[in-house]
Formats: sequence, structure tokens, C-alpha cells
Amino acid sequence: MDLKFHETHPIKEMREMAQGLSDLRTATAPHALLPAVLVRVGLGDAYWRMETPIGPIFVAAGNEGVSAVMPAGDETAFEQTFRARFGRPAYPVAVPPPALARTITGRLDGSARSPLRFDLRGLSEFEQAVLRKALEIPHGEVRPYGWISREIGRPGAVRAVGTALGHNPVPLLIPCHRVVRIDGKIGDYALGPDAKRAMLAAEGTPPAEIERRARAGVRFHGSDTTKIFCFPTCRHARRTTARHLVSFPSETAARAAGYRPCLVCRPALAS
Amino acid sequence: MMRTTAEEATPVRNVDDLAERLAADLDGCFETLVRAYQDRLYAFALRLSGSAPDAEEIAQDAFVRAYRALGSYPADRVRALALRPWLYRITLNVARNRGRGRRLRLVSLTGDDDRPGVAEPVAAARDRPESVFERTERGNELAALVAALPTRHRTAVVLRHVEGMSYREAAAVLDQPIGTVKANAHRGIRSLRAALTRTHDHDHDHSVAHTSESR
Repeated sequence: MDLKFHETHPIKEMREMAQGLSDLRTATAPHALLPAVLVRVGLGDAYWRMETPIGPIFVAAGNEGVSAVMPAGDETAFEQTFRARFGRPAYPVAVPPPALARTITGRLDGSARSPLRFDLRGLSEFEQAVLRKALEIPHGEVRPYGWISREIGRPGAVRAVGTALGHNPVPLLIPCHRVVRIDGKIGDYALGPDAKRAMLAAEGTPPAEIERRARAGVRFHGSDTTKIFCFPTCRHARRTTARHLVSFPSETAARAAGYRPCLVCRPALAS
Repeated sequence: MMRTTAEEATPVRNVDDLAERLAADLDGCFETLVRAYQDRLYAFALRLSGSAPDAEEIAQDAFVRAYRALGSYPADRVRALALRPWLYRITLNVARNRGRGRRLRLVSLTGDDDRPGVAEPVAAARDRPESVFERTERGNELAALVAALPTRHRTAVVLRHVEGMSYREAAAVLDQPIGTVKANAHRGIRSLRAALTRTHDHDHDHSVAHTSESR
């Protein structure tokens, strides 16, 4: 085929080169270009798939932090839901940001508590306060809804706390599943009650145990050596040996017995 | 990936009033800007850098810079922007700055010219029907020769002959006198012709290696 070049007249070759050069003008940008740009300027989030104890999830994150967690299913459906809820697009990425993925995995299995940034911009101040408080509940422990409302200075807003937790855009990562009803019922959950039970079981707080304690009327555990009372799942209560463990049905009963509330799990206002 | 039906039907919408719309609603219209110019800026970056991965990064950086600039300009300035030359100028600057960094790194390491992507598609093209093969072959050859030109010649050739700008437009993008751009484009074209003649007189294995060495 090079022979053709030898046969070509120089003028024609020149014209061919001009054509060849203007042909170089067309190229198709890689598909990843638009998403990458929009994610970098904050007009879109990236999302990817991760495995969890309750099955695969989609995690979305942008410049402001992690923005959404949803059960992984159809990608188009996720993208539509995401755009409808947050008003910006989410684009799938093959490889999640490595540091972020590691942090999330560590937080899901309780092996790490590295800080994670969340994008809670669309939420009210009250909702944000509720979620930030839920974030304080350690892996392997649970708190009642009333604890959150009291801790954020809105003791009368127990029901609103439940609603705010139900709207948690980042379930699992902000552990709203660790908030349970005072009567021992596990309560509702953004990802469904079954998922909530499964997560609690995976974290070493089996729902059956929580329900059994509630049925027996046990709301607090105390230690007769320290005279301190805690929520039963508080790490200090769990450390107490059976010989020294005492149970209380109410704060009044605990205080009447001369116990003071734990400063770590804060089962009641210290006084 | 979700797109509205309207966008699907006309991927590049009318961009005549895009500057106007960007001035009014940057966040709402920026995606339209990227969709409208991504192929052109990517192609431009590809000819400037000669490498697909570099071109992708250059185009990405250029759009991010454009977004930041648009956000910092007063609305009047955005409204008055000639978007195409402005975006080309940003892309050119990104490519130039990278070019400097890259050359320093190369010198400090091995001095080898690693330009992946230039000659790669040739092998794949061998399987195609002959006419397409020849065109692709020559396109790749030309792309490689353009990539091997000295930067100032290459930039002028790309703006004038690849992008098809007038010398006046090219001079505005480069912020150089028209005469300089003309002279650089002519020198570039002369080198390309010489290289093509050399290639076709002496070379039958389609290698572009010896032309790269002349950089």
C-alpha cells in the first residue's frame, strides 16, 4: 500500500495531508470524562457497590462527603431515585476512592472508627442534629429514641426523632439501626425492619436479647461495686461480672438504690 | 446513566446562548457546556499531547478550571465570553503546564520518550478492510508526526489545520501575533511534509519510532 504514495502527485499529497489533518479534529471523549468533571466540581456524585452484612449496597459520595446509601439493585433506578432526592446526578465508578472505601468497610464491621464526612445538606437542622447524635452510638451498643431527643435538647420530640432517623440518607454508616424502642420493640428502619434486626445481630447486639430484657422490665444495668447504672449494652455495663450485676426497671429505682448514671452512655441526666 | 429524553435526542444542544445561560445559572447549565464541548476539547488535547490518557486528564482539568473561572467571574463577563476560544485557551494552558512538568520528570528519570497511545491503534487497524485500514493507518501516522513536532509548531498546526481556525482566531487563543502563528504553522507543515516523504521513501514497517526521535 505504500506504493500508492510513490504514485501520488505532490499536489495531491498536500491536499491529502490537509484532509488528514482536519480528520484529526474528530475524536470521541471517553465516557468517564463528563462524570469525572461533574464529580470534581461538585455537580454530581460518584457511586459504587459494596458488600455488607445485609447484602450489597450502593454508596454515593461527592466533594462534601458520603451522600447516600441504598440497597444495591438496578443502577438506572438508583440513579433516578438519587437525582429525584438530591437534585443532582450520580455516576457509577468502577473503582471507589480507596481511602473512603477502606474507611467505610472498617466502620461497617466495627474494626475502625476513622472519621467519615457526610453530605447532609438537604436536611433540616433538627434532622442533622438527630443523625449526628446517632453517629455517637458505638458499634455493639443500642440507645432508645428518647435518649437522642433528650441529648439534643428536645426531650418532647421522640416521635420526630423516629421520623428523622427514618429519613437518614446514609443508613448503616450513620447507625440509625442502633436506636431502638424503649419497650424493647426493634422499631422501624430506613432499610426495613428485617435489615435492622440483621445489622444488630451482626454487631453483637442480638434483637432477641434486647426484646427479652425489655419484656423482663430491665431498662438499666448497674454494678454494685461502682454504684453506677448504664444502658444494658453500654461497654461498661457489659464488662460487669454477673456476680456484681444488678438490674433496674427505671431511673427512679436506680437512683433510689443509690446509683448514679454512667457518664459514658448517659442513661439519664446526671444530677 | 440517566439522561432526559431531550438530551438523548440532541446530545449537543444549541449553544449560541450558552454563555448567557451560564451567567444566569452556572450549576444548572454547566453539564450542557461539558456535553457540548467535551469531544472537541478532548480531540484538541489529544492532538496537543499525543496520548489518550493525557488527553483525558487535560480535558478534565480544563473543564474543572473553566467551572471555577465561571464561578468567579462577574455575570457580565461570563455573558460576553466567546466560549470556544476561551475553552481552547484554558485547554492549551493546562496542556502546556503539564508538558513542562512531564519533560522535567522524563529528564530526571530515564530520558526515554514514553508516549503511549500514539502508535497503539495501528495493530488493531490491521484487521480492518483495506481502505479503512489505509485511512486509519495514515491518520495514526499523521497524528504521530503531529505529536512529534516541536511544541510551538505543533500548537500552531493543530489550531490552524486540525481545528480549522483562522490565523486571527488562532493568534487570539495563543495570545501571539498573527505573523508568529503563521510562521510556526508553515514550519510545522513543512516538517510534516518532509517527514511524510522520508517515511514513504524509506520506511515500510509503519513504525513511527524514528520520527519521534527527531523531537
